[in-house]
Amino acid sequence: MDRFLRESAAVAEVELIKLVRDPTEIFSRAVQPVLWLVVFGQVLAHVHGIYTGEVGYLAFITPGILAQSVLFSAIFYGIAVIWERDLGVVHKLLVSPARRISLVFGKAVSAGFRGLVQAAVIYLVAFVMHITLRQEPLAILGVLAGVLLGSGLFSTFSLIIACIVKTRERFMGIGQLLTMPMFFASNAIYPLDLMPGWLRVVAQLNPLTYLVDALRGLMIVGGDSVHGYGVDFAVLFAVFAGLLMVAVRLYPTLVE
Amino acid sequence: MNTSAESDGFAAEASGLTRRFGDLTAVNHIDLRVPYGEIFGLLGANGAGKSTLIKMLTTLLPPTSGHAEVGGFDIVKSPAEVRGRIGYVPQLLSADGALTGHENLLLSAKLYGLPRAQRSARIGEALAFMGLADSAKKLVKTYSGGMVRRLELAQAMLHRPAILFLDEPTIGLDPMARHSVWDRLRDLRRDYGMTVLITTHDMEEAEALCDELAILHAGRVAVVGKPAELQAGLGAAATMDDVFAHYAGGGIREGGNFSDAVQTRRTAQRLG
Ligand SMILES: Nc1ncnc2c1ncn2[C@@H]1O[C@H](COP(=O)(O)OP(=O)(O)OP(=O)(O)O)[C@@H](O)[C@H]1O
Ligand SMILES: [Mg+2]
Repeated sequence: MDRFLRESAAVAEVELIKLVRDPTEIFSRAVQPVLWLVVFGQVLAHVHGIYTGEVGYLAFITPGILAQSVLFSAIFYGIAVIWERDLGVVHKLLVSPARRISLVFGKAVSAGFRGLVQAAVIYLVAFVMHITLRQEPLAILGVLAGVLLGSGLFSTFSLIIACIVKTRERFMGIGQLLTMPMFFASNAIYPLDLMPGWLRVVAQLNPLTYLVDALRGLMIVGGDSVHGYGVDFAVLFAVFAGLLMVAVRLYPTLVE
Repeated sequence: MNTSAESDGFAAEASGLTRRFGDLTAVNHIDLRVPYGEIFGLLGANGAGKSTLIKMLTTLLPPTSGHAEVGGFDIVKSPAEVRGRIGYVPQLLSADGALTGHENLLLSAKLYGLPRAQRSARIGEALAFMGLADSAKKLVKTYSGGMVRRLELAQAMLHRPAILFLDEPTIGLDPMARHSVWDRLRDLRRDYGMTVLITTHDMEEAEALCDELAILHAGRVAVVGKPAELQAGLGAAATMDDVFAHYAGGGIREGGNFSDAVQTRRTAQRLG
């Protein structure tokens, strides 16, 4: 366990150093969620196009947009892995005696840092736009936990796809193909109740829905999670653990 | 890590080692023994199977069939033990350009489980040994090719492996840089008794640096021997180039066919 933590921390720390050294990428990733909130959110809130109960539409989609940006910034992480493979960095990690689970988990943790930056940006934009969010420390801690778990989950998913497709070109195609449906087939920008039956079924199989659900309870003043936090976090955790197991098997095949 | 038990056997020993990629047999029933303490060279034309063989010996690639031991441990059954005893520099320049030289080494030190108390001394020693002490705090993307190679060697030797696997360690280096890599490898052998297995296309390197050579052709071992013996075997005036042409060119043996040539060209393109 000690060794696992040490190795994972070493891998994650390196990513953190790189992130701090060159934060341009992370800020460019923050543009999209800001647009969703400022443009899409405001327009829909104005026309009252989507009924979200007591909670205003802007407050309603803020957690959804956070979850979306967690998804989007994590999903392109597979590209970075393919890049590292082409450079031979992956070879070097894999030839070390570090356990495979540490390498994969360390990468997932580093994706979590990016998620946390996205969360900070969203809170900032919400503050500027006078969207009131919950400020109790426990709620914020919950949001951080959800963002870390979600980032880990989607980045590991992305890693798995990278291991399967192995080239950047194919990854770009598949990445687009998966993220948009995952986003729209979730409760991120409209409530589950408004969906046609078949879509609701798909949405309930989509881990993003559980992340949004938890964040909605933890971020919105007077908001609540539909499934309950226990279910939300248990689903996220179980999916993450399952994906990690798959990734541990596939990661070494990247260099074959 | 060179315990006396290990010196009874071979640093690396392969028997019937085979790897297929679809229809292509990249490594075909290779038998090879690399004694401890030797600098052993693998030669062969592009696509002969050198990198594939090294990847199997370093546990990166599972063999299709056959068997190999490295540092006394089976590469398939005990990969973790093998990994702890080897260092590897891939054919690609693989140090992380977004990190400094020191940070690259620190990552390795942690992944190889060097005790915290030893880390900075070891890293300082390795950097000084490779002549990189002054550049330790610079980003690797600002390094020259020769500096990156030396950094990679520093990284590969940091945990004092019993066996170093170096895939074309001097490709693209100027003569000075190349000679300094050779000197460092000889030092590593002398000071730590490291066994070094390198691949190369450079006949001067094969002759000057290597104690023993194996020449691969189309996934098989064409010949094994000391450089001088191989030359003598072809006549008094034979050079290493003659030796290479004789065994790796395939003229006398199977003869290259068209698909071999295409395959070789593709490999060359892939590597730019
Ligand atoms: N992952 C792979 N998938 C399919 N074919 C591969 C793969 N890796 C290597 N090959 C093929 O196996 C053969 C041996 O390749 P290898 O890289 O081992 O040659 P090499 O001797 O190292 O050549 P070079 O001198 O060009 O580095 C080549 O025909 C190559 O195209
Ligand atoms: Mg090669």
